[in-house]
Amino acid sequence: MHDTEALLVELGLLFLGLAALGLLARRLDLSPIPFVLVAALAVGEGGLAPLGTATPFLEAAAEIGVVLLLLALGLEFSPDELFTSLRHHGRSGLVDLLLNAPPGLVAGLLLGLPWQGALALAGITYISSSGIVARLLADLGRLANRETPAVLSVLVLEDLAMALVLPLLAVALAGGGPVAAGGGLALAAGTVVLVLAAARRHGHHLGRLLTSPDDEQVLLRLVGLTLLVAGAAQALGVSAAVGAFLVGLALPTPFAERVRRILTPLRDLFAATFFVAFGLATDPADIVPVLPAALLLAAVTAATKVATGWYAAGRDGVGTPGRWRAGTALVARGEFSVVIAGLAVAAGLPELGPLATAYVLVLAVAGPLLARLPVPRLARPERPATA
Amino acid sequence: MVDLEETLLPGVGVRYGLTTRDGDRLAVVVRREGGVEVAVYDRRDPDRTRGVIRLDADETGVLAELLGAPRLTQRFVDLSREVPGLESGRFTVRPGSPFDGRPLGETRARTLTGCSIVALVRAADVVPSPGPADVLHAGDVLVAIGSASGLGQLAARLDGGS
Repeated sequence: MHDTEALLVELGLLFLGLAALGLLARRLDLSPIPFVLVAALAVGEGGLAPLGTATPFLEAAAEIGVVLLLLALGLEFSPDELFTSLRHHGRSGLVDLLLNAPPGLVAGLLLGLPWQGALALAGITYISSSGIVARLLADLGRLANRETPAVLSVLVLEDLAMALVLPLLAVALAGGGPVAAGGGLALAAGTVVLVLAAARRHGHHLGRLLTSPDDEQVLLRLVGLTLLVAGAAQALGVSAAVGAFLVGLALPTPFAERVRRILTPLRDLFAATFFVAFGLATDPADIVPVLPAALLLAAVTAATKVATGWYAAGRDGVGTPGRWRAGTALVARGEFSVVIAGLAVAAGLPELGPLATAYVLVLAVAGPLLARLPVPRLARPERPATA
Repeated sequence: MVDLEETLLPGVGVRYGLTTRDGDRLAVVVRREGGVEVAVYDRRDPDRTRGVIRLDADETGVLAELLGAPRLTQRFVDLSREVPGLESGRFTVRPGSPFDGRPLGETRARTLTGCSIVALVRAADVVPSPGPADVLHAGDVLVAIGSASGLGQLAARLDGGS
C-alpha cells in the first residue's frame, strides 16, 4: 500500500514537473525534449533527487512510449507522400545519409565503441528531429516558403530510412555479425516495401477492421493491434519499434487523420515517460567527460545538415537565403536520436547513453536557435562535394 | 489562364502557389488539420516573404464563402456565354413574395418557365443544386439558367405575378 502511495506521488510530481518544463520550453521557443532530458538526469541515478518506486513503472511505460512514437511516425506520412518524396528528392535523401551518418560512425570508432555502437551513433547523427523541425517551420511561418517542400521531403525519407536502420541496429546489437545485420536489413527492406504496396491496395481492409464510430473502440483496437505486431516484431529479432511503424504506415490515409487526433494525447504522455526513462538511466557524472566529443560531433554534424538542406533546396531551384534556411532548419536532432540511443543502451552499450544525451541536448537547443538566426549576407556555405 | 502550382508538403498539407497579373507572388498552404497560411513574397526575391497570415479552420471557412459565392455565379455567367441562347440570372426573393417561407419546389420553375435553379445564395452561404424541399426565405438569391424569356417569367413568378 505504501508503495502505491509513493508511486502515485512520484508520478504526479514528475508529470507536473514536465508540464512546467514544457511551458518554459514554449516560452523560450525551444523544444521540450532537452528540458525533459535534463530533468530526468536530475531525478535519475546519481542525480539530485533520485526517484525510487516509480522507476520500474517508467521503464515499462517507456517501451510503450517508443512503440507509440513510431506508430505516430508511420501515421504521419501517407504512402503517396513517401513515393512523391522519393521521386523528387531521392537524391537529397541519399546526400543526407552520406553526409550525416559517417561522422557518427567515425566518431564512434575513434571513441573506441564497438562497431555496433558506432553504427548506432551513425543513426543518431543521421536523423533530424521531424517533430522539432516541423514545429519550427510552422512557428517561423515558413510553411509556404519555396524551400519547405525540400526540407519536408528530406524528413520523410529519413523517417522511411528509420524503418531500415532500426532492424539493422536491432540485429547488430543482438550480437549478429555484419552478415546477419545485412540479412536483417534485407528482411526489413522487403517487409517495408511489401507493407507499402499492400497498404496502397488493401489498406482499406485494415481501416475497416479498426474503424468504429466510437473513439474508445478505435483507440483500444489500434493500440491492441500495434502492441501485438510490435511484440511479434521484437520476437522475430527486428525491433518492436519497426512493427509499430509498419502498422502506422499501413493504415489508409483518411482513417490515419482521425487516428492521429485520437492517439496524440496518449503518445505525448508515453513519449514523455520514454524520454524520462532514458535520462534516468544516464548518470550525469558520466556526461562531463564526453562533453568535448559531443560538442565537436554536434558542430560537425550541424555543418553537414546545413549542407544537406543547401543541396536539397538547391534541387528545387531555391535561392541562397532559402537554401541557408533549409539547411539550418534541419540541424535539430531529437526524439529519434534518443530512440536509437535507447535501443543501444538497452542492448548493453551503456557508454553510448551519456554521449547521445549530451549530443541531443546540444543540437535540440542549437538547431532551433540556428534556424532563427538571420541569413548571413556574406556567409555563403559552399556546395557539398557530392552536389 | 491562372497558373496554379500545386506542391505536396509531406506531413503538413498542400501548398498552392500563383503569380498574379500584377507580378505578386502568393502562396497558400492548406494544412491537414484545416488551417490555412497565406504568404506574399517579394516581387524580386521569391525567397523573401513580405508577410504571412495564419487562418484557423473557421476563419478559412468565412473567407472561402466570401470569395466563393460571387465566383460561383460568375462561373454560370461564363457558362451561359458558351451556349448560344442560354442565359443566367440572379433573382432575389423579396419580402412579400408568395414563396417566402415556401419550399423551392412550389415555384415549379422548371415546369412552368423551363429554367433550372442551380444555386441558392443565402448571406455568405451557397447551396449548390438546391432540392425542391429547400425552403426559401426573403433575401435569398436564386441563381438560375434558362432562356431569356424563361428567366423573365421566373422573375415575375417570384415577385408574385402569374
